[in-house]
Amino acid sequence: MTVAPKREDYDVVVIGAGPAGLAAAATSAEAGLSTLLLDENIGPGGQVFRAISSTPVTDRNQLGADYWVGADLVQTLRASNAEVIHRATVWSLDRNLEIAVSIGGASAFVKAKRVILATGALERPFPIPGWTLPGVMTAGAAQTMLKSSALVPDGRTVIAGQGPLLWLLAAQILRLGGRIDRILDTTERGNYFAALPHAFAFLTSPYFAKGLSMMREVKAKVQVVSGVIELSASGDGQLASVSYVAGGKRETIPADLLLLHQGVVPNVNLAMAAGIEHRWDDLQLCWSPVLDASGTSSVAGIAIAGDGAGIGGANAAVVRGRIAARAAVEALAPAAATRLAPMATLRADLAKAERGRVFLDTLFRPAPQFRIPAGDTIVCRCEEVTAKDILDAVAIGATGPNQLKAYRRTGMGPCQGRLCGLTVTELMAQARGKSPQEIGYYRLRAPVKPITLAELAAVPKSEDDIKAVVRG
Amino acid sequence: MFKRSEQDKRPSVQIFVDGVAVAARQGDTVSAALLASSCDARRSTAVSGAPRLPYCMMGVCFDCLVTIDGVGNRQGCLVPVAEGMQIEIQKGKREIGR
Amino acid sequence: MTKNVDAIVVGGGIHGCSTALHLCLAGLKPVLIEKDYAGRHASGVNAGGVRQLARHIPEIPLSIRSMGIWEKITDLLDDDCSFESYGQVLVAENEEELAVCRARVAELNALGFTHEELIDAAELRRLVPAVADTCPGGVVSRRDGAANPAQATTAFRRKAEQLGATVREGIAATNIRHTDGLWHVDFGAESFAAPVLVNAAGAWAGTIAAALGEPVPVETVAPMLMITSRVPHFIDPVVILRGRKLSFKQFKNGTVLIGGGHLATPYRDRNETVLDWKSLATSARTVFELFPVMRSATIVRAWAGIEAKTKDDLPVFGPSSRHKGLYHQFGFSLHGFQLGPGAGAVMAELIVNGGTQTRIGDLGIDRFHPSTL
Ligand SMILES: Cc1cc2nc3c(=O)[nH]c(=O)nc-3n(C[C@H](O)[C@@H](O)[C@H](O)COP(=O)(O)OP(=O)(O)OC[C@H]3O[C@@H](n4cnc5c(N)ncnc54)[C@H](O)[C@@H]3O)c2cc1C
Ligand SMILES: Cc1cc2nc3c(=O)[nH]c(=O)nc-3n(C[C@H](O)[C@H](O)[C@H](O)COP(=O)(O)OP(=O)(O)OC[C@H]3O[C@@H](n4cnc5c(N)ncnc54)[C@H](O)[C@@H]3O)c2cc1C
Ligand code: FES
Repeated sequence: MTVAPKREDYDVVVIGAGPAGLAAAATSAEAGLSTLLLDENIGPGGQVFRAISSTPVTDRNQLGADYWVGADLVQTLRASNAEVIHRATVWSLDRNLEIAVSIGGASAFVKAKRVILATGALERPFPIPGWTLPGVMTAGAAQTMLKSSALVPDGRTVIAGQGPLLWLLAAQILRLGGRIDRILDTTERGNYFAALPHAFAFLTSPYFAKGLSMMREVKAKVQVVSGVIELSASGDGQLASVSYVAGGKRETIPADLLLLHQGVVPNVNLAMAAGIEHRWDDLQLCWSPVLDASGTSSVAGIAIAGDGAGIGGANAAVVRGRIAARAAVEALAPAAATRLAPMATLRADLAKAERGRVFLDTLFRPAPQFRIPAGDTIVCRCEEVTAKDILDAVAIGATGPNQLKAYRRTGMGPCQGRLCGLTVTELMAQARGKSPQEIGYYRLRAPVKPITLAELAAVPKSEDDIKAVVRG
Repeated sequence: MFKRSEQDKRPSVQIFVDGVAVAARQGDTVSAALLASSCDARRSTAVSGAPRLPYCMMGVCFDCLVTIDGVGNRQGCLVPVAEGMQIEIQKGKREIGR
Repeated sequence: MTKNVDAIVVGGGIHGCSTALHLCLAGLKPVLIEKDYAGRHASGVNAGGVRQLARHIPEIPLSIRSMGIWEKITDLLDDDCSFESYGQVLVAENEEELAVCRARVAELNALGFTHEELIDAAELRRLVPAVADTCPGGVVSRRDGAANPAQATTAFRRKAEQLGATVREGIAATNIRHTDGLWHVDFGAESFAAPVLVNAAGAWAGTIAAALGEPVPVETVAPMLMITSRVPHFIDPVVILRGRKLSFKQFKNGTVLIGGGHLATPYRDRNETVLDWKSLATSARTVFELFPVMRSATIVRAWAGIEAKTKDDLPVFGPSSRHKGLYHQFGFSLHGFQLGPGAGAVMAELIVNGGTQTRIGDLGIDRFHPSTL
């Protein structure tokens, strides 16, 4: 059962139904604007509230109270007049605010007066030797299966990396009766000192107590190795073992499943393809869009909310969604804005939600050796390009990710750089002694997700068909 | 690699993987159903033929590509299972136009 | 401080890079100035078609000259540019189109050009087995082929630099002026002076020419391309359609490039283009009809390049009609990639020898302004 959008034009189109998108769409619809919410997933919730309306994990304690707040957001949205379409992949957005979306194998085009991008984050690439082996997955992948299908690891399982999400996942797996053999913590020792000056804000933030109790819960049941400075996976066509170095000792342990995680980064593909300016964030080590205080981007009419605007977490995502929607309402129907929470209140909420973030960013800043691989380690999973291949291209003149395409197909596979882009930028920056900002990023283009030729061929004809042009 | 939690009370759905019947649950994605089953769901890449399994489960890595009901290169982690669905594990460059 | 060089080439597309390289081969020391990076625009993002097929008659001699260089490209550049020669085939979809093909080949033969050859349905099917059964024939140019455009343009740039060209990238050449018998150009804080200036600035070249008092009817266009994921090998030659806007090429790695001249909206001075998906859908429909085998292939990316198109679709090539030492090399109107190697060689001959054996007389800027020199 698939539904196309009911209209061709909307006041506001929100892309992404995570916390930011749910809040934005509800706010915009509440103010009376015609609102369309499009999301690629099967149901609402985004990453943090994945499967919130359908999860088979019925014991509320297992996913935790922070998960279930998502249900209220969905409730509020459903009570509004927003039109919501799931399994709707937006594959193009341009500066004219034209949106192409694929729903059930057919594409539709809609136009908006305002677009709110709430496409969230994805897990940072973790390019270690062997990370393409079957049996190596992201921690988020395991969490996705846990939330939406109540699936938990049951073979020999190793979790490696760092960050709050890793501990949350470990706790959730254990609560559901899954197996974890060992946790390899890659947090750099020096980060603890670097983060110290920001500790006060963190200690007074909601993360602190929760984070601490979760780590305690996990450590009581699983062997945790800290100070891991080297990590690799090996096996013949399937993960067989994980090797690591910690405290000056190398150890190799047999494993069926390795779950990797070193934080999340903005999902920039749609925003960049729309021409939105991004800058390198030296603390979060990723590209973030250049935005004003209401989330408005460099392309007129497009705002970005949630983790796609720079990682801020789920609570901040909700508030940023409301702020972006309020700004749209102020522009399109100023009178209706008085019905909404005042901007000053929202900004105060945001400051509160963002408290402690700098501490987390500093503490969990991933170590260089896990971001910038060497030798035969695969950087581009799609085209199977190694770190050495890229350095060889640099040696004969490739100056940035786009110039690389004269030598290598890095970033030209279906994932469009999502799993290699940051690595390529940082690798080339290091090799050339430049900053990532100077090196730049892939020039991204639509379709941001592949579509079949048949689907494109079925798009309704236009007058342009007859436009006379020379052939190339 | 994965097992189902006992509290999962969702109705079961039958799908076929390379012609073999596999039990899934309503609401599973194709990739989740494959990983929960005992079948060898490794595809091989178009570039070198290397074996892969789903990596991200959220639609960004494209390592879950499968043929679903005759349509190739679908992201299995984004498609929910349906009764009688035919899944083929992709080996190498997909045969187009069959 | 002004640095004196033998020639200033503005524009690091395949044309500017090729001219710089050939000037070096002739013993000159040029500077090549590129506002972004070499191959950033049309030359690095085009379809890579190395085609003599279906060219306008006035540019055929230049195209043939170029073809000779393409066939020995590795000797020139120490880089094969991924050049491959499986021919290019123009498909006639019906008898009327085939009649036009027949007349065209006869016309070329009468002029002494033999690179285009009429083919019947059987030969068409042999060359392009996947084409729809209803096509009665077409034209083949057997020496034609394709190359990797970014690789080729970069290779020309690299070789030029190795042979002594100064390459400056990342800032536009500005303040172009002629004083004391020399051309002066600024590159940021640097200045260059030379007796020779080559205007190879692609879509921006018309503005430069106009500023120097030689406006020509040229517009900025942005042809679009799209590429599929890897599919099993099913076609060797480049295929273009006689009647519809379509060109089609499968690379060794299995990806299939679909083009044909549908246009995006260019925002030239922002280096940006906005794609027109409704037109790309038209290309997709054409492929869908003619190559049923491609129906379930996936499109992974589409893009457009910024290009200069003249009123008569011919390049502006040769000496200025107003200024001594100024040469134009632009306006390639969607088919200048193949011409790059030959045009650089001929341009170097014009600059160094004052003339060339290759017939380029109909391409000069004097077709728009009578010469005042
Ligand atoms: C795998 C993963 C698991 C996470 N789990 C947690 C957690 O348990 N707890 C926590 O606090 N934080 C978690 N996070 C962090 C996460 O970023 C949250 O902070 C929060 O989900 C961000 O909310 P958001 O609204 O910005 O985006 P998201 O929640 O990421 O939602 C974005 C939505 O946009 C959709 N989308 C993206 N691109 C398109 C497109 N082109 N077309 C249509 N739809 C599109 C996605 O399908 C998704 O539903 C997780 C992150 C990841 C990557
Ligand atoms: C999508 C597409 C497909 C095509 N397919 C084919 C094909 O299959 N076969 C074929 O033969 N041709 C094809 N073409 C045409 C071909 O790409 C062009 O004709 C050719 O590349 C033009 O080369 P150029 O060097 O003149 O221009 P460009 O490559 O545009 O180079 C000009 C350069 O000048 C620079 N510049 C401009 N102003 C300044 C300044 N003031 N200072 C410094 N630098 C400056 C620009 O940044 C630019 O890099 C295609 C074109 C496109 C866009
Ligand atoms: S598993 Fe990564 S896209 Fe499906």
